[in-house]
Amino acid sequence: MSINFDSALGIHAQALQVRSQRAEMLAENLANANTPGFKARDINFQDALKMAASQQSVADMKTTHVNHFQPNSAQSFSPAVQYRTTIQDSLDGNTVDEQIEQAQFMQNSIQYQASLDFLGGKFNGMIKALRGE
Amino acid sequence: MSLFNIFDIAGSGMSAQSVRLNVTASNLANADSVSSSSGETYKSRQPIFQAILDDAQKGYVKGSVQVVGIVENNTIGRKEYNPSHPMADKEGYIFHSNVDPMAEMANMMSASRSYQNNVEIANTSKQLLMRTLQMGK
Repeated sequence: MSINFDSALGIHAQALQVRSQRAEMLAENLANANTPGFKARDINFQDALKMAASQQSVADMKTTHVNHFQPNSAQSFSPAVQYRTTIQDSLDGNTVDEQIEQAQFMQNSIQYQASLDFLGGKFNGMIKALRGE
Repeated sequence: MSLFNIFDIAGSGMSAQSVRLNVTASNLANADSVSSSSGETYKSRQPIFQAILDDAQKGYVKGSVQVVGIVENNTIGRKEYNPSHPMADKEGYIFHSNVDPMAEMANMMSASRSYQNNVEIANTSKQLLMRTLQMGK
């Protein structure tokens, strides 16, 4: 049995990565809240996580030749970026709604902390198993 | 790690909004300045924001905001007949600046709220990073 962090930690490591990418995108939206013509963007979390998880399964490819190499699962992926539809258009073509972005950012950061707690719990479990107390 | 980029993005937002606050302050400070010709009076200024969506621009993080310039509003301000004013021209007119104090106040509130938003984002990201560092402890 091989000890593999990817299989031990489950989906939470990927979830954390997607959450932090989403946090960056929402921060971009808020930084450009007053930029004319800027269009607010967001990541579809489910699709992005599915994409991240499928990259993980690709990492377990079978090698039949010495020159075969495993795809790097740690490399960053670029999930499909989507544009937000506005409730109220503004004259300068900006589609950032500061209230919506702020709420989404807060929600995302709480979900990030939740993923972090799950991940921390996995590590604690592994430490407990290693100690065997 | 994307969370580190947030500090640059929120920082660029803060610096852009502080430029806007600065310009608004100078507009409001000069709202009542007068002169003896329409060319010499203070013209209200506005910064122009632009999103950086291109990796090619060196020194900036993609998705941050920059101030590309400050433009002057060239509309002619109010002209007042006041021969006793020391700045009055030969015909007795003084020229006011074209600053709209109401618009500037609204501008100031918008800039300060946006600045606060960016501070909040940077603060939250800091907390998330600190918690990430302490994971599994």
